Amino acid sequence: MKFSRLAFAAATALAFATPAAMADLVFPSLDYRTGPYAPNGIPFADGYADYFTLVNERDGGIGGVKARVVPCETEYNTTKGVECYEATKGEGALLYQPLSTGITYQLIPKASADGIPIHSMGYGRTSAANGKVFEWVFNYPGTYWDAASIIVKHIIDQEGGDISGKKIALVYHNSAYGKEPIRTLEELAKKHGYSLTLLPVDHPGQEQKATWLQIRRDRPDYVVMWGWGVMNQVAVQEAVNIRFPMDKFIGVWWSGAETDVLPAGEGAHGYKAITMHGVGMDFPIYADLKTHVYDKGLSAGAGDQHGSVLYNRGMQAAMLAVEAAKTAQAIHGAPNITAAMMRDGMEALEITDEKLTALGLPDFMPTFEVTCANHGGSGLGAIQQWDAKTKTWSLVTDFIASDREVIDPLIAEDSAAYAAEANITPRTCE
Amino acid sequence: MFYREAGEFKTSYQADQATFPIAFDRWGYCAVVAVAFLVVPFLINPYWEQAIFLPFLVFAMAALGLNILTGYCGQVSLGTGGFMAVGAYACYKLMTAFVWMPMPLVVILAGLCAAAVGIVFGLPSLRIKGFYLAVATLAAQFFLIWLFNKVGWFYNYSATGQINAPERDFLGILVTGPNTRPWATYLFCLSFVFVFAWVARNLTRGRIGRSWMAIRDMDIAAEIIGVNPLMAKLSAFAVSSFYIGMAGAMYFAIWKGAAEGTEAFSIEISFVVLFMVILGGLGSIFGSLVGAAFLTLLPVLFKNVLAVQLGWPTDIAAHLEVILIGALIIFFLIKEPHGIAALWRIIKEKLRLWPFPH
Repeated sequence: MKFSRLAFAAATALAFATPAAMADLVFPSLDYRTGPYAPNGIPFADGYADYFTLVNERDGGIGGVKARVVPCETEYNTTKGVECYEATKGEGALLYQPLSTGITYQLIPKASADGIPIHSMGYGRTSAANGKVFEWVFNYPGTYWDAASIIVKHIIDQEGGDISGKKIALVYHNSAYGKEPIRTLEELAKKHGYSLTLLPVDHPGQEQKATWLQIRRDRPDYVVMWGWGVMNQVAVQEAVNIRFPMDKFIGVWWSGAETDVLPAGEGAHGYKAITMHGVGMDFPIYADLKTHVYDKGLSAGAGDQHGSVLYNRGMQAAMLAVEAAKTAQAIHGAPNITAAMMRDGMEALEITDEKLTALGLPDFMPTFEVTCANHGGSGLGAIQQWDAKTKTWSLVTDFIASDREVIDPLIAEDSAAYAAEANITPRTCE
Repeated sequence: MFYREAGEFKTSYQADQATFPIAFDRWGYCAVVAVAFLVVPFLINPYWEQAIFLPFLVFAMAALGLNILTGYCGQVSLGTGGFMAVGAYACYKLMTAFVWMPMPLVVILAGLCAAAVGIVFGLPSLRIKGFYLAVATLAAQFFLIWLFNKVGWFYNYSATGQINAPERDFLGILVTGPNTRPWATYLFCLSFVFVFAWVARNLTRGRIGRSWMAIRDMDIAAEIIGVNPLMAKLSAFAVSSFYIGMAGAMYFAIWKGAAEGTEAFSIEISFVVLFMVILGGLGSIFGSLVGAAFLTLLPVLFKNVLAVQLGWPTDIAAHLEVILIGALIIFFLIKEPHGIAALWRIIKEKLRLWPFPH
């Protein structure tokens, strides 16, 4: 009796403990394959894992050191996200990409104190673009405020240059994520003279009847959406139900994947979303992936997401992490880098056309370079449109620049507020 | 054989009515407290702190609170998440408005704010009972979360509606913010839970606790023997919300450091705390602690065993974890409908006779 209890206690302690560190480059993947956000979490996680598998199989690792992806299920829940962070950071984690604005907000102070960089690629806290205040946080190649500004620019373009007096409605996930663009859209409303209606949708977003009834009544000229998970599918379906013109319904880059529009069928034809990278499988890298990953049966997950929008984005996230690690190895002249070295690599990261071509991703995304003061990258985005007949996305614009005149003061203001709140003296970056 | 009353002679009423009448129990309790206060702080690391001890302590506090209301006074409440949010937002407002205020005082004042709100939402309990009261408290849950999301004053007009706990120390030791040491936050929460579990135990044994139980068992009879239902019910709501409010304050400031009303204090929290109380044992302090341990630690345990130790795919592990916990809840409730605390009581009864049951 005594002994068995003791054995049980030992087994419990063992089960709670995390395994010891190994000499790999560790990239935890805080992903979610369950819950209401799984339709979007799965393709991203698959792309992220597959790219690292490719690098290990084809190149023998990053600079000769194998990369190890440690998956941890967060269910897009901040408590579980923080638990994943604590569970994996002891393994020598180099970089966290939480794929959740809520978790990012939670991790920013912790990771900054622990000295582990965070890359919230096109999500998270927008003002983290100010590297002077957010030393450990990066959100290149673009931020939510860039996205909001580019969407408004596209609307101006569609309307022939003048949108004063027009009505724009923002349908958003009622969380830190969905609320991010409001500041920018309000500032832009002042500048361009449109009126903005805010329509929050509560987690998980399956109940939107009232929201779309209001849209039907108010008849806004454009609907912009900041949604994620099942909320996207429901919103697109509801828009179809009220016969809202789909080409006037524009989603952020997290609301523009195949899984979001497929359930609505033909009705979703013409739906638009912004994107930060190219679409489809017409990149030479897919030949490499086929030889080194898919044909060897090493695909992550079910292996049915190849070429989808979010799979490409997961791959992009992994690619930027690998390039930053390579940069860090070059700076410090050592293949085994630490989290602090990784941060230096991220801050010196340059993505050029030559690099992209060499990686098998020519014209996949706009070029950018990260600096000490600018962690937000170039902030370019293109508009993609859904063709329900061929079931494909295609880019309908070039990569457009955002309105820095509006965004930069907002970033300065918000990061200054954070610096004051968290007692941070901004770096000088000289 | 070892666990017995034989040889223990009580010579006063006080000794006879002690919480732990058997010496073995008393020593066991002292040993657990000593380990919790003197050993764990030296062994704790950030993972154990964030994933195991702080969640357990915070939810133990919330479960204690709900057990006072539901277990002792018989008033079903689904507003726990809302009252925790009151505690959290009150804590945030106090921390940012009165920078000098020491953290223990902030937590207690946050609890008092929640108590005041609890009394207001407890008023309907004088007229409605049972399921209808559950619905009324459900309204509290939704209303409070909506309020904290809608009115910018509560989150100091931050752009995202998030509240972030600024760095605060107590006696020169950091207890909030990212630079805290695991033992500091652990001891802070443990002290609160220890003191207030003690208070709750003695409160429920005294006059107020007896009046709560009288109301729970039969309110008309209680009224006839002179228990004032207004006082009894409202005091139960106040004390319960006080505990839950403190739990909310610790949840936000000490454990998480940042919170977002709609996610952190959703209806799911209300249900989880109610399950803790039902599973642990209604009307039992020990049950509150066991229930909280059961529902906060088992998911982490299963996740570690399935996904980390066995290396199964994370999605399968996550689904299996939910299934296993659901199955265990059903198993324990079939085995002992009065909760794990009752099971523990039966085990102790048997141990007194062991190994000679006749």
